Amino acid sequence: MDLLRFATAGSVDDGKSTLIGRLLLDSKAIFEDQLAAVEATSASKGYDYTDLALLTDGLRSEREQGITIDVAYRYFATPSRKFIIADTPGHVQYTRNMVTGASTADLGLVLVDARHGLTEQSRRHAVLLSLLRVPHLVLAVNKMDLVDYSAERFEEIKREFSAFATKLTIPDLTIIPISALKGDNVVTRSANMPWYDGSSLLHHLENVHVASDRDLRDARFPVQYVVRPKSDEHHDYRGYAGQVAGGVFKPGDDVVVLPSGMPATIAGIDLFDREVAEAYPPMSVTIRLNEDVDVSRGDLIARPNNQPAVTQDVDAMVAWMSTTPLRPRQKLLVKHTTRTVKALVKELDYRLDVNTLHRDLESGELGVNEIGRVRLRTQQPLLLDPYSRNRTTGAFILIDEATGVTVGAGMVND
Amino acid sequence: MSVTHPDYRLSQLDQLEAESIHIFREVAAEFEKPVLMFSGGKDSIVMLRLAEKAFYPAKIPFPVLQVDTGYDFPEVLACRDEWVARLGLRLVVASVEEAIANGVVVDDGRTTRNRMQIGTLLNAIEEEGFTAAFGGGRRDEEKARAKERVYSHRDEFGQWDPKNQRPELWSLYNGRIHEGEHMRIFPLSNWTELDIWHYLDREQISIPSIYFSHQRRVFERDGMLLSESEHNPLRAGEVAEERTVRFRTVGDLTLTGCVESTAATTAEIIDEIAVARLTERGATRGDDRFSEAAMEDRKKEGYF
Repeated sequence: MDLLRFATAGSVDDGKSTLIGRLLLDSKAIFEDQLAAVEATSASKGYDYTDLALLTDGLRSEREQGITIDVAYRYFATPSRKFIIADTPGHVQYTRNMVTGASTADLGLVLVDARHGLTEQSRRHAVLLSLLRVPHLVLAVNKMDLVDYSAERFEEIKREFSAFATKLTIPDLTIIPISALKGDNVVTRSANMPWYDGSSLLHHLENVHVASDRDLRDARFPVQYVVRPKSDEHHDYRGYAGQVAGGVFKPGDDVVVLPSGMPATIAGIDLFDREVAEAYPPMSVTIRLNEDVDVSRGDLIARPNNQPAVTQDVDAMVAWMSTTPLRPRQKLLVKHTTRTVKALVKELDYRLDVNTLHRDLESGELGVNEIGRVRLRTQQPLLLDPYSRNRTTGAFILIDEATGVTVGAGMVND
Repeated sequence: MSVTHPDYRLSQLDQLEAESIHIFREVAAEFEKPVLMFSGGKDSIVMLRLAEKAFYPAKIPFPVLQVDTGYDFPEVLACRDEWVARLGLRLVVASVEEAIANGVVVDDGRTTRNRMQIGTLLNAIEEEGFTAAFGGGRRDEEKARAKERVYSHRDEFGQWDPKNQRPELWSLYNGRIHEGEHMRIFPLSNWTELDIWHYLDREQISIPSIYFSHQRRVFERDGMLLSESEHNPLRAGEVAEERTVRFRTVGDLTLTGCVESTAATTAEIIDEIAVARLTERGATRGDDRFSEAAMEDRKKEGYF
C-alpha cells in the first residue's frame, strides 16, 4: 500500500470541511463515537443537520467561531492507499497555512463554488500550489446541485481556469464537478451528471501516479548525524546517518563530500542491522565510506559529476510569515537541509501579487503573507539545488534569531 | 520486508518509518538534552524501536522518562523494564505519588491521577533540565492532537498555545527555544492506530501482555469495562465478573477500560481494528470524556 499526501484549499464557504467530512465518512474513517459527538454538538447548537465541519474543527476557539484557524492533518485509507490530508483554512492567514500544508503535498485540491466560479482566493491558491511545485492539482467544482448540474456552467469554469493555469507551472491538472453535500462524484460517479465521463474524486485520488514525482536523478544525501558507537563490538564503526533527498546510492559508488569536495567511495549502506543494496528517497539510512574523510552534520554527499551549487548567494522566492516585515539589511537564520547558518537580506527584487502575478519592483518590504523574490548572503556556503528540481535541497526556512520563530519559507530559483 | 524495490517505491509503512527516524536524528543532533517519554504502551514501544533503528549500532543517545501514576498495570511496568534493560537505557521515573508527597501536585480526592501527571511531568522536565521530550501522540487519536505540529513548542510554564504554533514546512523542523522552554516532539504524528499494529506485527517485538486477549475480573462503569483493583473500589450496584478482554490503550488503570475480545495475536488484533466502529480513546479512555475539549485543555496545561 502506498501513501498520498494532499492539501485542500479554497474560500471560506466553498464546502471544504463538508467535502473532507464526506470523504472520511464514506471511507469509514469516522468512528461512531466521533459522529455521535458531532451529532450531539450540532443538536445543542440548534442545527437541523449534522455539521460535518465539526469533525475537522478540533480546537475550542474554532468551534466557538465556526471557522478553521490552523492546519489540521487527517488520515484515512482505502484498500489501495493511505491518505494524509493537510486541511488548510481558507481564512485571512491563507498563505502561511497554505504553504505549510502544501510544502509536503503530492496533490493540491482546490474547491470552487459552481455558482460563483473562480474567486481571488481560488486563483491565489492555484498560484501558491504552483509556486510550491505540488505536482498534481485537482480543481473540484463544488455545489453542482445548486446550478442544476449544468454541463454548460462546468465547462465555463473549466475554460476560465485552464486559461489562467497556462501562466502557472501545473504539470497535471484534473477538473471534477462534484457536490460534497449530496455526495455527487465524491466517492462514486454521479447519475446526476451523465455528461461527465471522468473519475470520481476518490477514484482519482486513489489512482493518480505519484511514484515518479521524486528526484531519482540527482544523488543527494544531507548528513544528519554521525553514528560512532565506540563500543567493543563496533569499535571502528563510523556511519553517516541521514535521509536520501535525491537519486540512488549504492555501495561502491564514487561520491564527493561537500562543501570540502573530498572524494570517497561508499563502503556500505546500513538500514538498522542490515546492509542494503541501494538507497533512494525518502529512505533513512546510514552510509559508511571507505576513506577516513572528515564528514559532519550539515555536509552533503553527492556524485562527483552531479553536484549541487556550493554558494553563499541565495536567489529565492520567499513566503513571509511574520507580522514584522522582511526588509533589506535584515539578519536571519537559514535552515537548509541539515545546515543552519546566518544570513543577510541583500535585496528584495520584487513583491509578487499572487492574484495577478504582477511583480511590484518598488516594494521596499515583504509583509505578512506576502511572497517575493529575495537575495540572501549566507555566512557559510549552502549546498543548493533549484527548488524546481528538488523539493528538499531547494527549500529552506528563515528563523528570527531573537524570537526563535519560523518567519519565512524559501524556494531556490533556477 | 523487502527493501529494494525495482521501481524505487516505499510502502507507506516504510515511508512512515523513514520519516520518524529522520525526526529522531534531528532532535538528537540539535537538542542539548532530549528525553523519550515512555509509558510502556504500544506507541511508546514503537518509538523506542524507531529510536533504536535511528542510531544503530550505537545506543540510543538519550534517557527514557516514565510518569508513574502509581496506578499503572504491572504487566506494563514489566514490559517497560524489559525494554530498558535490553537497550541499556537510563530510566527516569517521575512518580505521581512522590509528587503528591513532595507537594508538587495536590491530591484533592477529585483530581484524577491522569491529570496529576501533568504537574509531575513538568516538574521532572524542569528538574532534569530536559530541552526536548519525545511523546508517542498521534494526530489520529483526537481532534486537538490533529492540530499539533511534530515539534510542539512549550513555554516556560510547559504550556501549549494552539493559536500560536510555528509553521512547519517540508521536513525542516525549527527547534530553537529559549532558556526554560522545551519542545515536545511527536515522531508518530502521521501514524494511525492501524499503522502501529501493522508495524508491531511486522517487527515482531514484545508489548505488554494485556493488549492480547486474557481473562480478567472487570466491572462496568459509565459504559466502560474497568479492572477490579484496590485503587478502584466498586460502587453500589457494581459487580465484578471474569470476562475475556484486551486493552486498546494503556494508562491509569482506574480510567482505562478494556474491550471484550478473543484476539490473541497482532494479526488477529489488526483484523479486529479494521472493522472497529469506535476510536480507541472514545471506547476506553475515561480521561477524554470530561468535556468536548478535555484533551485540548490538558494539553494547554502541559499534558503529552
